[in-house]
Amino acid sequence: MDFWTDPYLFLVNWLHGLLVGWGLPDAIASFILMFAGAFVLAMGAMLFVLGLIWFERKLVGRFQDRFGPNRVGPWGIIQPLADMLKIFTKEHITPAGVDPLPYNLGPVLAVAAVLAIWAVLPFTISLVGADLDVSVLYVVAIGGLGEIAVVLSGWGSNNKYALLAAFRSVAQLLSYEVPLVIALLVPVMLSGSLSLNQIVREQGVWYIVLAPVAAFIFFIASIAEVGRSPFDLTEAESELVAGFNIEYSGLKFGMFYVADFLHAFTISLLFAVLFLGGWRGPYAEQYPLLGLVYFMLKAGAVYFINIWMRASFPRFRIDQMMGISWKLLTPLAIGAVILTAVIDKLLPGGELLPYGDYVRVGVMLGANLVLVVIAGALMALQKRKHMLQEFPIAASKGFTVRDVSVNRGTK
Amino acid sequence: MSAAQVLFILVSTVTLFSAVMVVSVRRMMHAALWLIVSLLGVAVLFVLLQAGFFAMVQVLIYIGAISILIIFAVMLTRQVMSEKIPQLNRGWVAGLVAAGGLMIILAFVFRDFPGSLATTMGDPSAGDVVTLGKALADPNGFAIPFELASILLVAALIGTIYIAMERKGGEQ
Repeated sequence: MDFWTDPYLFLVNWLHGLLVGWGLPDAIASFILMFAGAFVLAMGAMLFVLGLIWFERKLVGRFQDRFGPNRVGPWGIIQPLADMLKIFTKEHITPAGVDPLPYNLGPVLAVAAVLAIWAVLPFTISLVGADLDVSVLYVVAIGGLGEIAVVLSGWGSNNKYALLAAFRSVAQLLSYEVPLVIALLVPVMLSGSLSLNQIVREQGVWYIVLAPVAAFIFFIASIAEVGRSPFDLTEAESELVAGFNIEYSGLKFGMFYVADFLHAFTISLLFAVLFLGGWRGPYAEQYPLLGLVYFMLKAGAVYFINIWMRASFPRFRIDQMMGISWKLLTPLAIGAVILTAVIDKLLPGGELLPYGDYVRVGVMLGANLVLVVIAGALMALQKRKHMLQEFPIAASKGFTVRDVSVNRGTK
Repeated sequence: MSAAQVLFILVSTVTLFSAVMVVSVRRMMHAALWLIVSLLGVAVLFVLLQAGFFAMVQVLIYIGAISILIIFAVMLTRQVMSEKIPQLNRGWVAGLVAAGGLMIILAFVFRDFPGSLATTMGDPSAGDVVTLGKALADPNGFAIPFELASILLVAALIGTIYIAMERKGGEQ
């Protein structure tokens, strides 16, 4: 195998040969290589975060008409390194009365839950940590560990504000997991596989084209899962003290910080895999390293939109946020799943019809459009009913009242 | 002993030890955490049996959903931080008899079950999701039990909504 066609496989084969040449049994050599691979991947991801933090701070700065970090190094590019060194040297303060096991386990689990997702991401056609045949399920299951980390740190801190924030946070994560997982079903159905690499392979037509509604739901729900603006109620600076991580300082807080940025990028990577064709691109199959470039570019674009939204939108109120998940995204996701299943059965792609794929894409797009129109009409109807009920005089005179989503429970 | 056997013994020891810890530690929150370790151990056993799908479902449902629910319930319990809650209540004799009886019955059942003496470490097709999915949707397979289970779940869902629903007009 030539180095330039696939450096990764070349390197792995070369190292394997080297270890076996030293007299190690085949199984142990493979084990050592897997271990090394996991180490390199985790280390790479953590170092990658440094770049992400700089990128995000700089970008948010530009959006807000500031410079962003610009003192340390050219364009402030070494700023995260300085921050990291500072956080490393800070004292570990453990507040009185904490429950040590949950308190210390929380930050570790927060980072681990995100890093574990990287294990199954197909970076190129050959560069996959573990090519599970159920990797979509794996991603969802590992997401649950992140929630446990939030609960643990909120509980272990011995602080009622942290505990309340953890409750809020987990309520948000759990509600948005429902539309997220239902929307995940659409790419799974279209590709007929639970393996992320297989889903990428099947994407001759990107699934964002075939299933824009599911992609939209996944994108919104994934932002909520990360807890970023407009869904950043978990650390609403103006209302809560800081969120579930209030009692943490130094490196332990740094872990949450890293987990937050890494999660935001990981979820962009997942979006790129599921809906933007992952590593697919011209010559990506002949030269796998090119696939990595395409993949990172796609994920970077998603991440950019993510930051754009963060810098642009105000925060939702908690009842509005729950309403969006349960009353809009979840029913819409179920509708999208049913629609996709029916159309996929009727027009199964391939060479059945003349211009088979074009017809399929057209019908899919049309059906998605109909779904959006129906959802919009239902929402307008709901709003009018609500207006008539809550503000009858204004509604009868044709005015709209801005704040129509009064929470009935607390009135 | 092969590597798989060593792993199996290690993992099952951890699983059983944490299961004992669940019922013996005094702090309820720690019991919930030990429960998570125990459930994770079962997931690893599924992986060793090459049933990846079941391992993932185990993590997703038991750790991601049920243990979070248990932790929420623990947090809403009063006196949860104190270590002076008695661990046994008055029904412990009845509980012991019931648990012991169940264990004896299970032992008899498993003595006659051919799979319990199997020595192979799992069948590669056991983790095949496609086979499982087709069996669940096949009228000659498990379609009827599967549908019955979904009806049960829907009934539970509707029941929950009914209990939690805000009545129109509203009793104060």
